[in-house]
Amino acid sequence: MSIFLDKNSKVFVQGITGAEGSYHTGRMLAYGTNVVGGVTPGKGGQTTEHGLPVFNTVEACVDATGATLQCIFVPPAGAADALFEAYEAGIRFSVCITEGVPVHDMLRVVGTTPGMRIIGPNCPGLISPGKSSVGIMPGHVFKEGNVGLISRSGTLTYEVVDGLTRAGLGQSTCVGIGGDPIIGTTFVDCLREFKNDSQTRAIVICGEIGGSDEEDAAAFVKEHLAGMPIVAFVGGRNAPPGKSLGHAGAIISGGFGTPESKIAAFQAAGVPVADRPSQIPAMLAERMASVV
Amino acid sequence: MNLMEYQGKELFRRSGIPVPRSQHCTTPDDVAAFIGKHPGKWVIKAQVLMGGRGKAGKIKFASTPDEGRKAAAEIMATPMPPNRQNPDGEPIHSVLVEETLDVALESYCAISVDRTTKKPAIIVTRYGGMDVEEVHEQHPESFHTFYVDTAIGYSPFIGRELAFKADLDPGFRKPFPAVVAGMYDLFFTYGATLVEINPLILTKDGRVIAADAKVTLDDDAVFRHPEFKEWQKSLPLDADETLAAQAGLGIRNFRTFPGNVGTMANGAGLAMATMDAVKNAGGEIANFLDVGGGANAERVRNCYELVVNHTGAKVFFINIFGGITRGDEVAKGIVEALKTTKARKIPLVIRLTGTNEAEGRRILKEAGMTPVETMDEGAARAVELAR
Repeated sequence: MSIFLDKNSKVFVQGITGAEGSYHTGRMLAYGTNVVGGVTPGKGGQTTEHGLPVFNTVEACVDATGATLQCIFVPPAGAADALFEAYEAGIRFSVCITEGVPVHDMLRVVGTTPGMRIIGPNCPGLISPGKSSVGIMPGHVFKEGNVGLISRSGTLTYEVVDGLTRAGLGQSTCVGIGGDPIIGTTFVDCLREFKNDSQTRAIVICGEIGGSDEEDAAAFVKEHLAGMPIVAFVGGRNAPPGKSLGHAGAIISGGFGTPESKIAAFQAAGVPVADRPSQIPAMLAERMASVV
Repeated sequence: MNLMEYQGKELFRRSGIPVPRSQHCTTPDDVAAFIGKHPGKWVIKAQVLMGGRGKAGKIKFASTPDEGRKAAAEIMATPMPPNRQNPDGEPIHSVLVEETLDVALESYCAISVDRTTKKPAIIVTRYGGMDVEEVHEQHPESFHTFYVDTAIGYSPFIGRELAFKADLDPGFRKPFPAVVAGMYDLFFTYGATLVEINPLILTKDGRVIAADAKVTLDDDAVFRHPEFKEWQKSLPLDADETLAAQAGLGIRNFRTFPGNVGTMANGAGLAMATMDAVKNAGGEIANFLDVGGGANAERVRNCYELVVNHTGAKVFFINIFGGITRGDEVAKGIVEALKTTKARKIPLVIRLTGTNEAEGRRILKEAGMTPVETMDEGAARAVELAR
């Protein structure tokens, strides 16, 4: 089955004529994603280099193409507006790649769009290998299979997936949830979906310092996913407290968000934590073998 | 971006939060001139980002122009001494001259972004005027929080409810909802990720006033308020942040450490994992560096020079996994950067994979460089070369 995304997902790209939007539309199409069109205000009626129709508004795009899933590549100032526009046009699934969206824009969006599933912002998107990819993930690293993967980071996701694929462990769906303080979809939201997905038989959780999403995920696993083979990784163990490293996610504040707190939470939930990404495939294979 | 007290109070004023009368001054003579024009008892407070001003003797009182000049000169003569919060200390470039208040009671109120509920959180405790972490240790039960539904927004009942729950003195209760309304307004209008009043005071004549202001603005929202650009320029950056900005990186994208293995990766998650890998291989890291997306020649050269010139790196481990960053572009960037840099040469260990990796590796090989296959292998090689 996979979660969130499959062959039937009809994708439109907001900002399809911009440099990144256009480049990654091409890559998504090459992967087999069903991209049906895009939106750039003022360029409605044009056709992209990929032969896709461009519309002035989301409403027009949805009416003409029947698109169901939005992928956003617009600049930060326009991201919340793009999400609201999609919501009003009836779209209930959006993937926001844009980095640097103001925190308060996301507070307003998540508080006023009930029923809408938003992945990101500041994320690499998601992929159900062999079926569809929405966002900027390098498709050739992935392979279809039974491992669900969730991660707060982009490039670390590719690193971990590369290891899984080389070890013969394919993936059902991989979701990069994004590193910002306010994101649409958390680890727990994804775990809930994986729990009900027949294709997913094991899970990798790639967390990092800062926030409490990992602690929440560990609590959910303990309660609802006790029989599932799961391995976790926590990036940034050598980051000094109080110093912010890179994106907003990687900030330790107070007692929460420290690597120790996250590792302890996972271990208390019976989830082993890998010391390095390269250990994950073997640890996961071992857990999978012990499940009949 | 963290604001100084006087900047925070300027936003308080604009948002209708009551603050003491005050004047921001950059020289002792300005202080004397102000007190000369406005006789009375004034408090003179150093304007710095770090806390602990009182203990460091950086808050003084003055009733005459001469006292004011002397107090300001003494405050500005030496920087804030280092403390646990800021081991570098902080220079003092200005002071705030403020009316003294007859304090009856002190409380605490803040608004911040709660990641778990994805809502603005309003936090109140009846204990103000102390380090809030200390209060949290001593009176954890005194904290009361309201998570605001952004579809509804702030309404005065929230302030009333919090005032009753936190058992604020009756003198606070009536004006309190309006103070919180101003804080909520500031929070959204200016994109503040933290608005903190500590202490919020009740004066003996019954006024409720914000005696201090701690405001953090979301860097990603500053573009909406061009006037903040000036403030941004005036705020102190630490040594690493200054270097990062000079290299054209985000100020959070570079940190130095005492070790000798220089690192660079694309994406904060991979950059942190790269540091962890070096540690796991028995090495000591010289820095954290997230080069971000689109690593062209100029950016790679800047990063190379940053690490070679400003850290103790004996080797530079570049770990790129291509998603939005294309492997061939990074490879071209590395080759071009090394050709054009005037910095001294240190050994490179390059790991390049992901989007357009084959082309990237070909470019590196043609330039005589041999990329390694995995992060662990790269870390091990780098640690060995650093010895």
